[in-house]
Amino acid sequence: MLAKRIIPCLDIKDGKVVKGVNFVGLKDVGDPVELAKEYDRQCADEVVFLDITATYEHREIIKDLIQRAASELTIPLCVGGGIRTLDDFRMILAAGADKVSVNSAAIKNPQLIKDASDEFGVQCVVLAVDAKAREDHSGYDVYIAGGRENTGIDLIDWVKKGEALGAGEILLTSMDADGTRDGFDIDMLNAVMDVVHVPVIASGGCGGKEDIADVFEKTNCDAALAASLFHFGEATVDEVKEICAERGIPVRRNRV
Amino acid sequence: MIAVIDYNIGNLASVTNGLKRQGLDVVITRDEQEILNADGIVLPGVGAFPVAMENLKKFNLIEPLNKAKDKGIPIMGICLGMQILFEKGYEVEETKGLGFLKGEVDLLKVDAKLPHMGWNQLVINHDHPLLKYVKEGDYVYFVHSYGAICPDEELMAYANYGGAKVPALVAKDNVIGCQFHPEKSGEVGKYILRAFKELCEK
Repeated sequence: MLAKRIIPCLDIKDGKVVKGVNFVGLKDVGDPVELAKEYDRQCADEVVFLDITATYEHREIIKDLIQRAASELTIPLCVGGGIRTLDDFRMILAAGADKVSVNSAAIKNPQLIKDASDEFGVQCVVLAVDAKAREDHSGYDVYIAGGRENTGIDLIDWVKKGEALGAGEILLTSMDADGTRDGFDIDMLNAVMDVVHVPVIASGGCGGKEDIADVFEKTNCDAALAASLFHFGEATVDEVKEICAERGIPVRRNRV
Repeated sequence: MIAVIDYNIGNLASVTNGLKRQGLDVVITRDEQEILNADGIVLPGVGAFPVAMENLKKFNLIEPLNKAKDKGIPIMGICLGMQILFEKGYEVEETKGLGFLKGEVDLLKVDAKLPHMGWNQLVINHDHPLLKYVKEGDYVYFVHSYGAICPDEELMAYANYGGAKVPALVAKDNVIGCQFHPEKSGEVGKYILRAFKELCEK
């Protein structure tokens, strides 16, 4: 049986971790590689680097970061943020990442999902989707540009299309839940889980250790992503896994 | 010295790094002499079976690998590198493999999502030196849609997935195949690479 995955996400700008990080004992808390290594030690199942600068000049910095991270991490690394072309995929994978997540560019050019999965395999292509409930509660709209622009595209139509084009995984962020720390958006997750067959990563709203165990109990999602919970040192990945294990959720643990 | 075979198929960096972390000297190579002088050989690979075999031919690697096998050098194939150790594969089209292990590679027949992606538990079928530090139930990281169909005596460990026993570690004499990625498998992966190191030092 597959373990449920717990994935810390690092927002990175100009090569540094952005979200406030509050860790005791790290040499440089702003260094994404140091932080990722700490999560590796805590038994994280994967790490996501989300590059929120993503300007062209910045590419050398992120490439260097990926190379350093890949040489030190013993778990898979997913990199996203500003991915536009097959060349971006190629550069990131060649630098040593295992997966690439694509968001806005896939909306503008859905063929990118197909081309990337044909060339690198479906397991490399993570479709990141930001969505928000419509005011009349008739469903969810997909947003791009970091949540600033409503595409008017229906979430359910989009994830189905993304899967058909070759996305190997869906990273679903609820904009309604994101930042609230009130727990994951169970309704949105279940709506997506009902229509796709590829793994789904729950994102947005995690405020406490119990939220992660809750999302695994209330949905069939395969993984849960969190940022501030871990960055602020409020919980270690292993503490979250302890709660999951107590509640009968299959998780990988460090050996004692 | 460990020779990591360079045949333009997937990313060699992470497996090389994983071996180096165990204190092994690593050379990324397609040179026959370097391969035959190595203490151990790693055949990595991410991608499709026919492309992997095509590339081995293109870089004249099939003969050196055969000689290395006959010489008794430990050879470890990882993921697609494990699959091409078998006689035949059916991914994209029927393709002849290296034939170092008995069996074939076909799409996994499981009642679950494909690819089989994520952390799954090892069930030990037979003892093997590579499993020296592994405990039944340890998690390792898998990413694949195709899997081996092989005789029981070659199957050292498997993972339960979607109602099937998915071959995880296969071996015969000096030839070993890992369907999972030891270099991405955290602490347990390190133990497996350490055991490979010890095997190569013998």
